[in-house]
Amino acid sequence: DSTPFTVDIAVPFKGHHIEPPPQVAETSPKELMSFFRDMSRMRRMEIAADQLYKSKLIRGFCHLYDGQEAVCIGMEAALTQQDNIITAYRDHCTYLGRGGTLPEVFSELMGRKDGCTLGKGGSMHFYKKENGFYGGHGIVGAQVPLGAGLAFAQKYEKVKAATFALYGDGAANQGQLFESLNIAALWDLPAVYVCENNHYGMGTAEWRAAKSPEYYKRGDYVPGLKVDGMDALAVKQAVKFAKDHAITKGPIMLEMDTYRYHGHSMSDPGSTYRTRDEISGVRQERDPIERIRKLILLKEIATVADLKNIEKEVKKEVEDAVAKAKESPQPDPSALFSNVYVKGYGSRAFGCDRKHSSAVLP
Amino acid sequence: MQMNVRDALNSALDEEMTADSKVYLMGEEVGEYQGAYKVSKGLLQKFGPERVLDTPITEAGFTGIGVGSAFYGLKPIVEFMTFNFAMQAIDHIINSAAKTNYMSAGQISVPIVFRGPNGAAAGVAAQHSQCFAAWYGSCPGLKVLTPYSAEDARGLMKAAIRDPDPVVFLENELLYGESFPVSAEVLDPSFVLPIGKAKIERVGSDVTVTAFSKMVGYALKAAELLEKDGINVEVINLRSIRPLDRETINQSVRKTNRLVTVEEGWPQHGIGAEICMSVVEESFEYLDAPVERITGADVPMPYAANLERMAVPQIEDIVRAVKRACYRSASGK
Repeated sequence: DSTPFTVDIAVPFKGHHIEPPPQVAETSPKELMSFFRDMSRMRRMEIAADQLYKSKLIRGFCHLYDGQEAVCIGMEAALTQQDNIITAYRDHCTYLGRGGTLPEVFSELMGRKDGCTLGKGGSMHFYKKENGFYGGHGIVGAQVPLGAGLAFAQKYEKVKAATFALYGDGAANQGQLFESLNIAALWDLPAVYVCENNHYGMGTAEWRAAKSPEYYKRGDYVPGLKVDGMDALAVKQAVKFAKDHAITKGPIMLEMDTYRYHGHSMSDPGSTYRTRDEISGVRQERDPIERIRKLILLKEIATVADLKNIEKEVKKEVEDAVAKAKESPQPDPSALFSNVYVKGYGSRAFGCDRKHSSAVLP
Repeated sequence: MQMNVRDALNSALDEEMTADSKVYLMGEEVGEYQGAYKVSKGLLQKFGPERVLDTPITEAGFTGIGVGSAFYGLKPIVEFMTFNFAMQAIDHIINSAAKTNYMSAGQISVPIVFRGPNGAAAGVAAQHSQCFAAWYGSCPGLKVLTPYSAEDARGLMKAAIRDPDPVVFLENELLYGESFPVSAEVLDPSFVLPIGKAKIERVGSDVTVTAFSKMVGYALKAAELLEKDGINVEVINLRSIRPLDRETINQSVRKTNRLVTVEEGWPQHGIGAEICMSVVEESFEYLDAPVERITGADVPMPYAANLERMAVPQIEDIVRAVKRACYRSASGK
């Protein structure tokens, strides 16, 4: 059922140098059901990643997104795949939102051949260029000027779409963010700077890293909007508004007030710099999935049992995907030397013992 | 017909921008000022402000924007007023540009050119006088080109712009005004040089000298002087630091049995060190003398003229090293 109806947005938007959009979002039973299913799938995927990490099937860094799903889902609901998204290293759910699949995610996390970058990028480097997802970046803040560059290219190519550059509250203090924002504003680029404020840059609370943690105001001369990032419908409304602003007037900043349940990465239990009460408080009062569940039940779109069934289905989907990914082989050793260049001109790339291992780059 | 390096670069930019509407130029003072060194002269007037963009003095910001636009499929040419300032943006050159095709398993290629003057100029002291060839040359994913003559400048710039990968294009301020003979072939808009191929600038039989950028001219002058002493020098203009033309270097050394490397950069972990190792690996049994290297002095660049001269390789340094390599060391010790 895709008959539209409107829902009031509970937490007021706050504007900076701009009149906020109306406190109301349009949705439909179909959309709410897809929100519930997609966010539940993301949540279950990240929990499975946690387990795979703990059983040592995932190596290195692994940053989980559970708690922040509404930002991803709300954003996708307002965008098309002509719009670009670029983010940092907490990118699993963004990839899924842009049309990636669960087996690709788990295969990549485990460094397997069927991963979304054939096992070469790992957790922090997912991409889906054909759907407008440009990664997946490991250097805090660097994705933001890259996003402005994508917006520059859209404008250069006269594509009526925008680029959403996502960064955390930690990256919000990076110099290159302000450098690129200045240029984006000078050149009227269709760039939306999206601060996913989960309130901790690794283990540093926002107020210990930012003299002004009002991130939606940090663009100074660039307008900003503060949004309840735990409310997918608020996010959708704000993103729709921001996209239109960016295309017609130039850059805008969104601050998504959100929360991550996991620690910063798998090596962080997430409990030394914040209390367990704080985490459970957010879970009880602001959880993005529970909010949609309540709305669905209130509007009698589905029953408690229907929603439980959906959760069972996505749990099964995730289990099947993990099993499938475990079957995927490791990359062929020849992959070591592939994709160093698009065009290698027959030059030679050397292995550790160059007399034993090297390859001619095509 | 003569052409200076500045005009060679300018004509290459002009022709490639004419040929491909995805090519654009950005950087500090490239537009209204006509280029800090006038390399981009006239391009704003010809191609307009959508394709010739003056940026603020914020390298990390505009370089990131350039790389991002290349992700999307544009072909940016990012000018650094000098490569010294590119250190502000080196994260984008290496982490964002050089590694993305690999990390994305070929999904996102990065067709971008980073260009500008590199190495020592004259009298500008430590922060404005540094060669970055060895730095960028060590990074897989980058291509690093170092033109010497007008022919190099035209042919390599056009190759760099057409290349689908990120190219670091190291020019030299002191060469911009230098004129070189150019053939009709070089002036043709279809002219392009291969990436990864060195050029034998002077054929010789007694000793091989490798050099790049401004030092090619010094090596050629040294070769002339050495001719009078009966030493016949082969001079290799590397043109491409990465890929490095190991084959041409090794073939030459197998013929001459002696090698002197020349560069303006610092000695430790330099281009000369890599070339020496390549010859040790592939042609050790052909060597009749220890490999010699001439490099910039192992100090930050001093300002005073006499000290600066001591910190930059001179022709007599090359002459001395060649004589040493040829065991003609009475005067070359």
